[in-house]
Amino acid sequence: MSEIVIRAENLGKRYRIGERERYLALRDLLARSASAPLRMLARKPSSSNGNHRNGNGLHAGQSHIWALKETSLEVRRGEVVGLIGRNGAGKSTLLKILSRITKPTTGWAKIHGRVGSLLEVGTGFHSELTGSENIYLSGAILGMSKSEIARKFDEIVAFAEIDKFIDTPVKHYSSGMYLKLAFSVAAHLEPEILLVDEVLAVGDASFQKKCLGKMGQVSREGRTILFVSHNMAAIKALCSRAVWMKEGTVTADGTVADVVDNYLLGTARGACAREWRDPTAAPGNESVRISYIRIISPEGGGQITIDTGVQIEIGFENFRENINLGCTVYVTNSEGIIIFESGHRITSNHDSRCGFYQVTGKIPGHLLNAGRYSVDVVFGKDQRWVLLRIDGVATFEVENAGRGSNMSVAPGVIRPLLSWRHSFSQESLLVKQS
Amino acid sequence: MSLATDVTWQSEDLPIETSITPPSGWLDLNLRELWDYRELLYFFVWRDLKVRYKQTAIGALWAIIQPFLTMLVFSLFFGRLAHIPSNGLPHSVFYYSALLPWIYFSGALQHATNTMVENQKVITKVYFPRLLLPMASVTSGLVDVGFGFIVFLGMLVYYGIAPGRAILLLPFFLLLAVLTALGVGLWLSALNAIYRDVRYVVPFLIQFWMFASPVAYPSSLVPERWRWLYGLNPMAGVIEGFRWSLTGTGAPPNAMLAVSTAMVLLLLAGGVIYFQKMEGTIADVV
Repeated sequence: MSEIVIRAENLGKRYRIGERERYLALRDLLARSASAPLRMLARKPSSSNGNHRNGNGLHAGQSHIWALKETSLEVRRGEVVGLIGRNGAGKSTLLKILSRITKPTTGWAKIHGRVGSLLEVGTGFHSELTGSENIYLSGAILGMSKSEIARKFDEIVAFAEIDKFIDTPVKHYSSGMYLKLAFSVAAHLEPEILLVDEVLAVGDASFQKKCLGKMGQVSREGRTILFVSHNMAAIKALCSRAVWMKEGTVTADGTVADVVDNYLLGTARGACAREWRDPTAAPGNESVRISYIRIISPEGGGQITIDTGVQIEIGFENFRENINLGCTVYVTNSEGIIIFESGHRITSNHDSRCGFYQVTGKIPGHLLNAGRYSVDVVFGKDQRWVLLRIDGVATFEVENAGRGSNMSVAPGVIRPLLSWRHSFSQESLLVKQS
Repeated sequence: MSLATDVTWQSEDLPIETSITPPSGWLDLNLRELWDYRELLYFFVWRDLKVRYKQTAIGALWAIIQPFLTMLVFSLFFGRLAHIPSNGLPHSVFYYSALLPWIYFSGALQHATNTMVENQKVITKVYFPRLLLPMASVTSGLVDVGFGFIVFLGMLVYYGIAPGRAILLLPFFLLLAVLTALGVGLWLSALNAIYRDVRYVVPFLIQFWMFASPVAYPSSLVPERWRWLYGLNPMAGVIEGFRWSLTGTGAPPNAMLAVSTAMVLLLLAGGVIYFQKMEGTIADVV
């Protein structure tokens, strides 16, 4: 194992609510200090009505939020770590603390090596300055030395593909050119540790592809990268490890495949995943014991809609050897009507084995109407005997898909996509009977 | 990526350890880090200069016109009409020698006050010692002083005035002016990041300060025994020093200068401490 280059211990960051929206005006301070003595008088000796000051000299009545709390993290040299999570989960705050833009309220971190942070494209760009002037300025602000920039200047210009406009003020650039130049400068930053925040969310598809390519190249050179993105494909392509942040703290940390899958399951609307990590708590008996059930969109974690269909994955442990093992699901709608029953014969030659099986079934699109469904699972023997039945093991929701401009849910239990044809004639089509 | 750059990359960056902790509250000025970032200071100054005169028709000439016109107005109103004594110097030389440091100071102060707010985008996106920003603001104005000085030399030749050896002390007075602007600018820039009121206060502050400084009158108008007290205004020492060293007239402002120098150091130390206290969280409030 290589050495640890980033070590964060119990990092926390508290913001006063509203602090970022508006700045303090002196009059607030005056008003506050003027009313303070009055409040002191008004306060009842025994009460703790929120007006007293707490240890930090702030009014307890004011609300604070912890954008980051008790976050600990270790990153080793050469690791490419993806930071994922919803907006407001604390990813950017963590990056800001690690790049020393702001100090933490609690905890500490130690970083070994030169840090470069790319929290936006075009840091330090000035619209009045020309392309080449901005290369120097932005490069210097991002942490490059003058000689380093001079050495890479041609490379930067070539990568940005703007050599003709290099002496034009960037305010005359198209937004695409501006982005290309800005990213090009950033891409030539060569710190040992790179902190990147969602820079790839800008630009057109081909530009994003180029950026991803460059990031991949950088990671192959053995740099340590901490990369925040909502683009799961990018995270999967670049990172070996993912850290999932939720409500200001780390909820999962592991290989990129595991964490991203769980994250998608947790965030995709309508999907459902249940796992029984502790086998003693899992539903089961001496024949079979379930380990997990996942109900997701077959297209990899997005929303389940009428168009996408549904994928059901069931993992279980089998204890019965040499039987004809089967697994069947019942799908019931919210009115309690069983929509269908469908099963899979896992073994049919009396050759089941002890161990773990995964069964995957696909409900095609345009079968289930929009709504909430619950799933029962039955494990059986010889298609006749029930080994284990778990009712309501999972539920999932199918989102509506509009018909043309009509977004209302169509009536009916199922929602088939039928093929219709028509013909036209001005004459009556009925055969005249005369 | 060529092999050559990889090699330099490795040799260039010796292991650096960065420690991130909550704001400690007391002074932790890292001079070594400041020195490591000297190139960035240069780039900030360079940017200020480049941007200032972009899209101006006569560019750096403004650096000359501003003090020159002010000098004409002062000569007319304070000199010709109000008959304020001018140490026996031609009015124009008398006023110009004071306006040179004063215009620098007022410009640098205003620039420094706004620098955190103007650079908000950079401050919230990348780390560098924030101290560089006010430092750059007070440095870039020096170029204008240089231009103005050339004009002054022309005036000396025109009036046939030969500055004495005291002119060798000019860099010291200039340094004092820079440090005054930095000391006050540190306070104001940090305060302005939190309370935007500051930027409305600064123009008044500068106006009052000018009348409290010997710009439009000689400090000899101030009674001798109060002169040292007058020196509590560091710009009084600076301006008298400029006048004395540039024109060789008047007595060296000894006592006043000593008080001014002490005052500057005090302001600067206070400014650095306050600024450092704010630095860690300025990105959250600016």
